[in-house]
Amino acid sequence: MVLNWKTGGVLLGLVFFLAVLLVKPIGVSTQFVILDAIIADVVNPDLITPTEDGYSSTNAYLAKSDGKYANNAANPLNYSFVFVLAMALGAFLSAMARGGVGADERKLPAIWYANYGDTPVKRYAVAFMGGFIVLYGARLAGGCTSGHMMSGMMQTAVSGYIFAAGAFAAALPVAIMMYKREG
Amino acid sequence: MTTIILAILIGAAFGAVLDRIGATNPNWIGKMLTLTNLHLMKTILLAIGTGSILMFAGQMAGLVDVGHMSVKTAYAGVFIGGLMLGAGWAAAGYCPGTGVCAAASGRKDALFFIAGGLLGAAAYMMTYPAWKSAGLLDGGKLTLGAVPGAGYDALSTVPGDILGIVIGAGFVVIAIALPERLRGGGEAVAPAE
Repeated sequence: MVLNWKTGGVLLGLVFFLAVLLVKPIGVSTQFVILDAIIADVVNPDLITPTEDGYSSTNAYLAKSDGKYANNAANPLNYSFVFVLAMALGAFLSAMARGGVGADERKLPAIWYANYGDTPVKRYAVAFMGGFIVLYGARLAGGCTSGHMMSGMMQTAVSGYIFAAGAFAAALPVAIMMYKREG
Repeated sequence: MTTIILAILIGAAFGAVLDRIGATNPNWIGKMLTLTNLHLMKTILLAIGTGSILMFAGQMAGLVDVGHMSVKTAYAGVFIGGLMLGAGWAAAGYCPGTGVCAAASGRKDALFFIAGGLLGAAAYMMTYPAWKSAGLLDGGKLTLGAVPGAGYDALSTVPGDILGIVIGAGFVVIAIALPERLRGGGEAVAPAE
């Protein structure tokens, strides 16, 4: 069971408000880049390079804005990265507290099963490719559902509206074509 | 240290709420995007409205620091990236935040989503100079109204804080007015867990 939309909506709105009251608006997708940079720097230690007052990178994206991303990757114990780790922990504890996600659902969501049957490999391939274009798109856009759509529209940011228009223009037809049967 | 404690508290609250409203469940995302059950859409619209009203009212009352706002730049790539994210969101049923939460709650497909996401983010790191040199990342930080003290350019001369409250109220009204479903017949079906 999920929370009634009135309770859930107010609670989610309060979290977004508390974030901007106490620190800054919520965002997630940048941390995929930071994790990539941390991993890549282990493989190739020349990726993140110390400067006089912080860090820069041989990668132009990590080096942009005075090495903001390079600095965060060099110091992962920063607000935004810890936020995403804590988010995962919060979701885990919440799911456990309500009895956990069932074994069937953990393997395949019901909506997939209703449309494509017991085809986990196909599902995992779609999830992988979906993840690829979601994060490529989010980085191109400079934010994702949390940063652009929710935090952005909440702040009356024009970018948030442009992003939401693009996201729904693609999401609705794709979902309607792919998931004809209700799960 | 305080910021790390805040990151843990706000992050955990965010993850827990995403779990409880069904946003980390691809069945609820699929139902929302096929317009066959708009319960999650109503939740999200109400959340945006609630957050907006509280933030702008708090600014007007002097309780919320305007400097905490962080408006992102509007440029052509925002729309193109939005299209890409939308397509992947619909196919996978996850966006970056909910994918991480879903993996944490034990969903196997979400692990593949995260792996694909890390590769997609890395691919963007490699191709960023091409987008940059094509001019598709150029733009400005714009708000709909002029928010006092925020320093952002505005589309209109309307006071941005008042406009923010009005638009926030608009989101709440839409959340209330939206029907349970827009496509398909009968009562909207709630997804299984």
